[in-house]
Amino acid sequence: MSAEALLAWARGPGFDWALGIFVLGMLLRLFEVLSLGRKPDLAEGRGSGVQGGLRTIVTRTLPRPSVFAREPVRIINGYVFHIGFFLVLFFYGPHIELFQTKLGLSWPALSTGIIDALAVLTVLSLLLALALRLTNPVVKFLSTSGDYVAWLVTLLPVLTGYLAYNHMLLPYTQMLALHLLSVELLLVVAPFTKLTHMFSFALARWYQGYQAGHRGIES
Amino acid sequence: MSAPSVEKGIQFIREQIDAPVASFFSACVHCGLCAEACLFYGQTGDPRYTPINKVEPMRRIWEQEYTLWGRIKSTLGLARKVTEKDFEEWEPLVYDACSLCGRCSLVCPVGNDISGMIRKIREGFSAAGYAPEGLIGATTRAVQIGSPMGVKLPAVQAQIGHLKHDTGLDAPLDQKGAEYMVLLSSMEIMNFPEYLEAVAKIMKQAGKSWTIASKAFEATNSGIQIGTSDIAAELVQRVVDAAEELGVQTVISPECGHAYTAIRWEGPNLIGRPFTFKVKHILEVLDEFREQGLLKTDGMEEAKLTFHDPCQLVRKGGVIKQPRKLLNMVASNFVEMTDHASMNWCCSGGGGVSANERADEIKFKAFRQKKSQLDELQVDTLVTACANCRITLEEGLEEYEMDLPVVGLTEMLADHLVDENEEQG
Repeated sequence: MSAEALLAWARGPGFDWALGIFVLGMLLRLFEVLSLGRKPDLAEGRGSGVQGGLRTIVTRTLPRPSVFAREPVRIINGYVFHIGFFLVLFFYGPHIELFQTKLGLSWPALSTGIIDALAVLTVLSLLLALALRLTNPVVKFLSTSGDYVAWLVTLLPVLTGYLAYNHMLLPYTQMLALHLLSVELLLVVAPFTKLTHMFSFALARWYQGYQAGHRGIES
Repeated sequence: MSAPSVEKGIQFIREQIDAPVASFFSACVHCGLCAEACLFYGQTGDPRYTPINKVEPMRRIWEQEYTLWGRIKSTLGLARKVTEKDFEEWEPLVYDACSLCGRCSLVCPVGNDISGMIRKIREGFSAAGYAPEGLIGATTRAVQIGSPMGVKLPAVQAQIGHLKHDTGLDAPLDQKGAEYMVLLSSMEIMNFPEYLEAVAKIMKQAGKSWTIASKAFEATNSGIQIGTSDIAAELVQRVVDAAEELGVQTVISPECGHAYTAIRWEGPNLIGRPFTFKVKHILEVLDEFREQGLLKTDGMEEAKLTFHDPCQLVRKGGVIKQPRKLLNMVASNFVEMTDHASMNWCCSGGGGVSANERADEIKFKAFRQKKSQLDELQVDTLVTACANCRITLEEGLEEYEMDLPVVGLTEMLADHLVDENEEQG
C-alpha cells in the first residue's frame, strides 16, 4: 500500500471506525458505572448534594496546598501535560478544520509557532511522567502494564504530529499517515484503559462531592 | 481459614460495589498522590500503604465482574482472581494501616473517596473472618454486653453516683420527654469521667432537660470499625429504640469521632429509614448554646494550646468552626497546627486501630506525624474532642516521652462556666 493510500484510509474509514469504537466503548464504560446505581442517603442532610457535586467537579482541579508542597514536580507536570495536550488537540488549525468537518463547529486557532512549542512541552512532560513513574517508589509500585500502554498511545499522536509538521524522520505523507493511525490507536485503546478517566473523573468527583454537599462537609 | 469463607468475603465485597465505587476505579490513574496524604505511608515509606492499594482486591473484583473488558480477560484466564492469600496479605493493610481518617479522599485529583472504599472493603474482610482479634473481641463485647470495653450499666450508675456525691449534680436515667439524650463512649465511662460531669454542669447552666438511656448509653459502634453492617445496624437500632421510647428531640453523640459518623451518617442508612429525632455532636450542641447565650464562661486559659481535630468530626462530619468558636471563649493563646481543620492529621488510632493491639507498632510509627506537628508548635496543652483520639494521643506522647496534658474541650468549657450560685451569693 502506498503512503497516499494509507493516508486516505486513515483519514477516511480508519478514522470513522476508530471514532465509532471510541464513542461506543466510552458509552459502554459509562453505562457499566451508572447501571450499578446507588442507594439514597437517608441521613438528614445539611446542604445540597447537586451543588456539592458540581462544585467538586471544579474545585478538585486544584491541589491541596499541603500535598502540593510535598510533590510539586509531579503535580505541575500533570498540569503541563494536560494543558499542553488539550491546546494542541483543540487549537491547532488543521485539527479545528477536522472538527469542523465532523461536528460543524469552528473556533479560532493558535499560531503554529505556539502549537509547535506546546507539542515539545507536552512530549517533555510525558517523558518526565515516565521517568517519575519508573523512579518514584509509590508510582512505580502502583504501575501496571496498562499504565505504560496508556502512556505510549498518548505519546505517539503528539510525537508523530510534531514530526510530521516539522518534516522530520519520514516523508510528510508517511508521517502524517502514522500520525492519524496513532490517533486511531489512542481512540480504540482509550475505553479499555485508565484513559477512561477523561470522562469518569467528572463522575468520581460528582459522587464524592454529592455526598459531601448533602452532609455539609468539605470535599 | 477455609475456602468458603473467602467466597463469602468476595460476595460481601461484590455487594458493596455501586456506581460511585465503579466510577472511582475507572477514574484512578495511579498517580499515587493519595500516599502523600496518608500518615501510615508517610511515616513508614512503604508503598503498600498507598491508600488506593488497600482496596486493590475490591478493584479486581470490580474489573472482573462488572466490566466487559474484565470479563473477557477472566474468560481467557488472564485475570488474577482474589484468593485466600490476598485476604491474608491485605488484612493488615485494610485494618492496621488505615484509620479511615479520610485525608486521601480529600486529595485525590480525580475525586475518589478512597477511605469510603476502605470502609466498604472491610465488610468483605470481616465476613471472611480476616479481621484483627482486638476488633473481633470489641465487636463481640458490644453485641453481647452492650459495650466494646465490656462496660455494663452498673458502671454508668456508679459514675452517676460519684457525680452526685462529688458535685451534687444529677445525670437522670431514662427520663421520658427530655430534650436531649446523651450517649457516652466506653472510654469516657472508664477513663474520662470528667466528661459526664462537664455535661451535667453545662446542661444545668443552660437549663436543658437531658437523660441517659439505660438501654443505650454506649455510643461506640464497633460494627462500623470492623465493617460488619449487620452488627453496626443492631447497635444503631438500640439507640434509635431508646431515643424513640423516651421521646427525646436530640441525641447527643459524645466526644468521639467515629461514634458520630456511625449514628449521624451511617445510622439511618444502616437501619433503612430516617430518624425521628436529630443527632448532633456535643460540640454542635455546645456551639448552639453559645449562640443562644446559654453558655456563660468566665476567665481564660492563658497556656499556649492547640486543638487536635478528630478526623471524623472535620472530614466526615463538617464540625470545624464550632470547636474554634468555643475555644476562643475560654483560651487566650489558641494556636493552630500547620495542617488543621479538614486537612488535619489523624492521631493514628482511629477507625479501630486503637482497639487492635496487633497494630501498636505501626500506630506508634504513624504517631510521629502528630509528634512533628506538636514539636513545631511547642504548646503547653493539647485540646481535642474525641476520647479515642485522647487516649491515643496520651499513649503516643508517653511513648515519645513528651510531657503534654491532653484535655477534652467539653471539660475545658465546663471548668470555665460561671458559677451562678456564687454570683447570686
